[in-house]
Amino acid sequence: MTDVLTAVLWLAGAAFSLLAAVGVLRMPDVFTRMQASTKASTFGIGCLLAGAAVQMGDFGSLIRVASIGAFLLMTTPVAGHVIARASYLADVPLWKGTVLDERRQQMERDAAKAAKEAPAP
Amino acid sequence: MLELITQATIVILALAVLMAFVRIVRGPTLPDRIVAMDLLGVLVVGLIVVLAASSGVRATLDAAIVIALIGFLGTVAYATYVERGDPQ
Repeated sequence: MTDVLTAVLWLAGAAFSLLAAVGVLRMPDVFTRMQASTKASTFGIGCLLAGAAVQMGDFGSLIRVASIGAFLLMTTPVAGHVIARASYLADVPLWKGTVLDERRQQMERDAAKAAKEAPAP
Repeated sequence: MLELITQATIVILALAVLMAFVRIVRGPTLPDRIVAMDLLGVLVVGLIVVLAASSGVRATLDAAIVIALIGFLGTVAYATYVERGDPQ
């Protein structure tokens, strides 16, 4: 029974990790790559950890596996946010099919407003 | 039967590691490479956990904890570097 559960969890986890890697390889720009990697890898690793906990079954390894899982769940969103912010501020080019860039629109509106209020002499 | 499943899991994870490596080599900008490195760290943690569970050596899990910690710190450090410097 535990073997079957472990097999299912490990195969699901490996499939999700592979999907994350395919996303990182195939997506067109940094931000889409990042959303493929962070979400899928979190869930994939969660499945792998759960399978390992079921397979080992003793309390010490359960604590270790749970702490790895909790740590990854806490840090992956933070790391994704930090990379996204850094690469946006560093003007990494967006994909050409991007439909919404609110910060750039706001900056253009501000620039137009400033030009209207203070016309060049 | 679990033997076979374990082998298949390890092969699939190795394939994913290979894809992350391809992105590290090809990635046009530095943030691409950082994202791929982050994914690589997570995949290595998963690989170590699967190997630890299949071989029954519990001490290996401590290595996975350490790699998860250091991977996060490295990602944040690289991101601060990108925010200050040239992304190319």
